[in-house]
Amino acid sequence: MSATRSSASAKYRELGLTDHEYELIVDQLGREPNAVELAMLSLMWSEHCAYKHSKRLLRRLPTEGPHVLMGPGENAGAVDVGDGLAIAFKVESHNHPSAVEPFQGAATGVGGILRDVFAIGARPIAVLDSLRFGEPAESQRSRYLLSHAVGGIGHYGNSIGVPTVGGEIYFESSYEQNCLVNAMCLGLAPRERLIRAAAAGPGNVVVLLGALTGRDGIGGASVLASAELGEGDEAKRPSVQIGDPFSEKKLLECCLELLDRGLLTSLQDLGAAGLTSAVSEMASKGEVGIDIDLCQIPLREPGMEPFEIMVSESQERMLCVVAPERVGAVLDVCEHWEVLATPIGSVTTGDRLRVLKRGAAVADLPVKILVDDCPLYDLEPEPPEQPLYRPPAAVLSGTEPSERVLVTLLGSANIASRQPVFEQYDPVVQSRTVRRPDEADAAVLMLPSGAAIAVSIDGNGRRVACDPRGGAAEAVYECAANLACVGAEPLGLTNCLNFGNPEKPHVAWQLTEAVTGLAEACEQLGVPVVGGNVSLYNEAPTGPIFPTPVVGIVGRLPDAARAGRLAFGQEGDAIALVGPFDPSQAGSELAKLQGRPVAGRLPPIDPDAVAQAHREVREGVRSGALRSAHDIAEGGIAVALAECCIAGSVGATVTLPNGLDPFGEALGQGFIVSGPEEALAEMPVIGRVGGTELTIEGELALPVSELRDAREFGLAKLV
Amino acid sequence: MKFGVIRFPGSCDEIDALDAAARVGEAVLLWHGDRDLQGVDAVIVPGGFSYGDYLRAGAIARFAPVMDEVAEFAREGGLVLGICNGFQVLCEAHLLPGALLPNDSLKFIFRQVELEVVNAETAFTGACAPGDRLSIPVKHTTGRFYASDDELDRLEASGQVVLRYALGHNPNGSRRDIAGVRNERGNVFGLMPHPEHAVDPLTGSSDGLKIFESMRAYVGDPVLG
Repeated sequence: MSATRSSASAKYRELGLTDHEYELIVDQLGREPNAVELAMLSLMWSEHCAYKHSKRLLRRLPTEGPHVLMGPGENAGAVDVGDGLAIAFKVESHNHPSAVEPFQGAATGVGGILRDVFAIGARPIAVLDSLRFGEPAESQRSRYLLSHAVGGIGHYGNSIGVPTVGGEIYFESSYEQNCLVNAMCLGLAPRERLIRAAAAGPGNVVVLLGALTGRDGIGGASVLASAELGEGDEAKRPSVQIGDPFSEKKLLECCLELLDRGLLTSLQDLGAAGLTSAVSEMASKGEVGIDIDLCQIPLREPGMEPFEIMVSESQERMLCVVAPERVGAVLDVCEHWEVLATPIGSVTTGDRLRVLKRGAAVADLPVKILVDDCPLYDLEPEPPEQPLYRPPAAVLSGTEPSERVLVTLLGSANIASRQPVFEQYDPVVQSRTVRRPDEADAAVLMLPSGAAIAVSIDGNGRRVACDPRGGAAEAVYECAANLACVGAEPLGLTNCLNFGNPEKPHVAWQLTEAVTGLAEACEQLGVPVVGGNVSLYNEAPTGPIFPTPVVGIVGRLPDAARAGRLAFGQEGDAIALVGPFDPSQAGSELAKLQGRPVAGRLPPIDPDAVAQAHREVREGVRSGALRSAHDIAEGGIAVALAECCIAGSVGATVTLPNGLDPFGEALGQGFIVSGPEEALAEMPVIGRVGGTELTIEGELALPVSELRDAREFGLAKLV
Repeated sequence: MKFGVIRFPGSCDEIDALDAAARVGEAVLLWHGDRDLQGVDAVIVPGGFSYGDYLRAGAIARFAPVMDEVAEFAREGGLVLGICNGFQVLCEAHLLPGALLPNDSLKFIFRQVELEVVNAETAFTGACAPGDRLSIPVKHTTGRFYASDDELDRLEASGQVVLRYALGHNPNGSRRDIAGVRNERGNVFGLMPHPEHAVDPLTGSSDGLKIFESMRAYVGDPVLG
């Protein structure tokens, strides 16, 4: 290594590049990068932007299907929902910023995923969130993170007029240092309005829309998102961006009007790595070059360095490419919406991204080195020999009567009613919401034709920690089961893979196994993956988080008026248990409450029988034969029955099949359905709706009011 | 019957209000910067976060050019309905009595609440009977209705309290459970709940439609006061 290089070494290592990666850069360029180029490259070569530890693995996921309009690689995926309409959707993490500053971290997580969706021309119509925190009963910090993250999500989503229609929250001590905040957004667009991010047409003008560029979020992608958190993270707080939903609301309306009028050649949001990423992605996809003139970029503060301008993660900005003759019309629309719009560069022939300041290039890089040349790493998976996670603290001894077990489960942080959280979100704005949280297993949103889409988001990290392959597959089945309960058929899937440090062999093993499980389940159910996000390095000195693949599925049902509900609806209705439901206590909530180790193989899944059960439930809901449908998830069949009773304010009496564990779990494989006797004639009936108590013969009997109290106040008293 | 729904930068529920009004009449959007009310028979100031609700909810919107026209329209006896942020704007503009303060929980709250029709002889509730219960959602951070005791007595005595939260349904600590009030003349009405989100049983309830139907009936036959 030369003398200059070793003096640069402190710098590039600080920016997260390895010696090997820096060597590659110097080789490709034929020279050392200057400081601006190094800042740009270090971000584009970060895990967050380059997926260097996951890209090869992700190729295992099936991405093709009859309804797919846009797959992975665009700002969001999109599926055809009929009648000339498309649904764009994607889930993304904002974990590290939320761990440092939960309100703004979560708020800008929502803001970022909204921009991904309207960047392809779709109007955001729904948000869902998947959250993970440490144990709220034990940790004041976790209660703080929960309340501020929920506040931030509500602040952004409510203020911008996009309903938050669903989501999930789990509490486990492995998330104590690394909370997870994953936000999913769905957008609706006429098919022909969908737009790709590829820049085109040398001579076209590059226009920056939205907020001023400031010093916020400098290096967020590399500093926060691509390394483990540790001591001194308070000092990273300035790397967290600040959100302004009002600016984004104007930007959103402005962009959609620009697209409606056909004024844009392409559109791209500014997210991680700011202008650097947006410009190089646009240039790469369009196979063109781009010149950016730094002096034109409106700045929030004087004296910003070129590298700061290029990597700033200031929120609420978009970049578009416009034909020269349309620039005037674009600026007029922006003025109407009070959105700042500034031509800052142009599309060029060739293949270079050049950053100019008063005519001189302060950075001049081949687009390819920014986007394509980052090395991809193979993982070195190794199953752990020792357990990775400590057993949880025991709340139950194992000798309690079943009544006590059920009440404890219903009041436990992972199962209790989410009402105290959901009440802080607006689920109805835009007037499409046919099923709100707590009314059904999936959210249902009406389409203009009278059909509807359904969406759910799922992922139980403890089960993946026990059995990465089986747990990840279960997440897919569970999510699809939620859709079946409202009568929807899956069209496409998005996922967010939240894991620890992939350079550690046991995390690499978790990741490899989980992706394999996801791929197998997607293939078995015929659901293509249309996009997603990876969040690695969720690891503290105490160890990695539970491996947490979060899965979001969008489906369609033909008639919104027949969307399913989970509540038992009518005294005297028969109750049936549908599906090959053969649960065990491995990885269950009961095992957790009893303080048992995080270990054990999950029950094997019979793909054909499960798919058949999903079909049976879906068809029963669609035809109107079933009055309720609910999938059996955490807490087993006893909790599922209790939830149906509580939602319907009515009791039930059932007899479980011989030997069925009332608290055993097998996610996404069994359903509790109810309906008139004759409608359930072909199904295994296990009991009747009626009375004011839930009775499981030979097991337990409890008033529904007591079940409701346990479930209602379980989380409320913790937050 | 032609409704005009104002769109401020930051409005969120203007399209919902437009569609709800369009179920009973014609409905157009009015831009905050325009001084033209396009000859509408009634103005709706919708929910959302006008101008980001920076400074104080509704405080900036009252200075929008279109609000001068709305004030003039109200002085001439035109019907003005303010929903949520619109209610806040109308209070800030002194077109309605009282003020809206942060919820006693200090948090945003969404809830489907039951409302009681206190005064069914208004331009906005003529399609209801006194004591009717309406199921309509609320969603706000700043919805606690406040006025002094004397003012509240006066409002109650003069029939200006139009809607109350039913017993056990007050979501925000509003004084005397007040959910909606009208001005003295009876042509301006504001409420925190969102009738535009309750116009279709498929999305939860159609009770809110009664507000829009009442307005149409009043404009067609303005005998109620």
